[in-house]
Amino acid sequence: MGNTSSMLTQYDIEEVQQHCNHAFSQQEIVSLYHRFCQLDRNSCGFISGDEFLSVPEFAVNPLSQRLLRMLDGLNFKEFVAFLSAFSSRTTLQQKIEFIFKVYDLDCNGKVTFNDILSVLRDLTGSFMTEQQRQKVLIHVLEEAGYTKDSSLVLSDFLKILGHSDLKMEVEVPID
Amino acid sequence: MDRLESSSSDLDRPSIDEYLAADSVQCSPKKLHLRDLIDISPALTEAAGSIIDDSFTRCFKSNPPERWNWNVYLFPLWCLGAVIRYGILFPVRVAVLAAGWIFFFSAFFPVHFLLTGHDKWRRKIQRKLVEMMCSIFVASWTGVVKYHGPRPSMRPQQVFVANHTSMIDFIILEQMTAFAVIMQKHPGWVGFIQKSILESVGCIWFNRTESKDREIVARKLREHTQGADNNPLLIFPEGTCVNNQYTVMFKKGAFELGCAVCPVAIKYNKVFVDAFWNSKKQSFTMHLVRLMTSWAVVCDVWYLEPQYLRPGETPIEFAERVRDMIAVRAGLKKVPWDGYLKYYRPSPKLTERKQQNFAESVLQRLEEK
Repeated sequence: MGNTSSMLTQYDIEEVQQHCNHAFSQQEIVSLYHRFCQLDRNSCGFISGDEFLSVPEFAVNPLSQRLLRMLDGLNFKEFVAFLSAFSSRTTLQQKIEFIFKVYDLDCNGKVTFNDILSVLRDLTGSFMTEQQRQKVLIHVLEEAGYTKDSSLVLSDFLKILGHSDLKMEVEVPID
Repeated sequence: MDRLESSSSDLDRPSIDEYLAADSVQCSPKKLHLRDLIDISPALTEAAGSIIDDSFTRCFKSNPPERWNWNVYLFPLWCLGAVIRYGILFPVRVAVLAAGWIFFFSAFFPVHFLLTGHDKWRRKIQRKLVEMMCSIFVASWTGVVKYHGPRPSMRPQQVFVANHTSMIDFIILEQMTAFAVIMQKHPGWVGFIQKSILESVGCIWFNRTESKDREIVARKLREHTQGADNNPLLIFPEGTCVNNQYTVMFKKGAFELGCAVCPVAIKYNKVFVDAFWNSKKQSFTMHLVRLMTSWAVVCDVWYLEPQYLRPGETPIEFAERVRDMIAVRAGLKKVPWDGYLKYYRPSPKLTERKQQNFAESVLQRLEEK
């Protein structure tokens, strides 16, 4: 009988828990594992971009293409680590680090004007012109004391977002 | 993907826009700051939420029956049951089914070819034979079916719509009344039966992936409902099998024919076996084997009151109203998704809708300087 939860031993679960800094309880990890197996249709140990896009709610997300570049080919451990940013046990700082990573796709530790612009492009599509986007971005950057040429590092992000009421939590359903 | 863009299908999705639009941005008209622009957490949360759990894949998840056999005391009992189910019930059922087929074919083809001059008789006998064959099928999984409400009668200008869990829905309904059904073309032996036998009761086949088929089917549907002595028409407007806990969007085709729509709600009891046919994972033959090795298939069928298009109501609203009725009767949860998303990607329009909301809120807040 297809009892997939038995395929995860206590050791496996603990290992995954450690990998994600105990952001999820053991039951939540078992739930996530079921979900992972469900999405990994051809059971090859990772979820392909195509399989992620077969979830319509994900596919219609404006940031889906960008997130896919982070998600493509993750194994279960990495998958859980990715999602740990959305746990209620994760600190605000870790959540902001995650957002920073979404901006910093080339992973050089710096977010430039163009990086922010390209996220804004994903979010607004054809409903803002390129000029409008640049104008808006320069405006808010200057208001916050930066310029078009300054590149933001993680500590800038922590400063900018640290005081906002960032709500980034997703509950894992446990059955 | 392009096919989804055809003009007719744009109108096909009713509530989904409203469902998706509101959540990603909370627009409070206050001054725009850098942190508001950089804070992409709503979109990220939404994406992560859909990765962890989403309402669409939940519709097509087969639910394994409650496991109870891992108790030491019950295990021998379970083994005994398994021996009876596989060793006795299954062979007997196969034999019954085989005998049924032999009888059916030896009656059907002579009637089909010899009675060519007596169309009315031929049709009547073929009708009865198909009903009989379906009863044998139902018997082969010890179908315990309770029918509620008045039995459908042969009348022009009416179309039956039902929720769809498996191809056996059709068999269960067909054993009572020979419906003419609109179905996806299947390969293999099912396809052979579709072509050779079910055509005689007026069934209409199409291929989901052929956009040309859509128009042909729409035309055939109209012609069929006009004919007085045609078998009643049965449509599964979901267009795909759903696991009998949810119901996906109804396609509007059945609701714009201008005739009475008679809803049929089908609810399976999962006590012995899950009747959901997950066609991507299992062939229909394997699905039948699974049913035939279980103790019984228990289900309820409700024939609900005929509904008519109300003045001022669009076919889409009409379809939603009928879906409500079926969902309430069969205890199904409604999701706004189009079942065809199993085969296609969602339309980029939904993404654009979100982008538009976000862009508008940014531009609006920028003006509030």
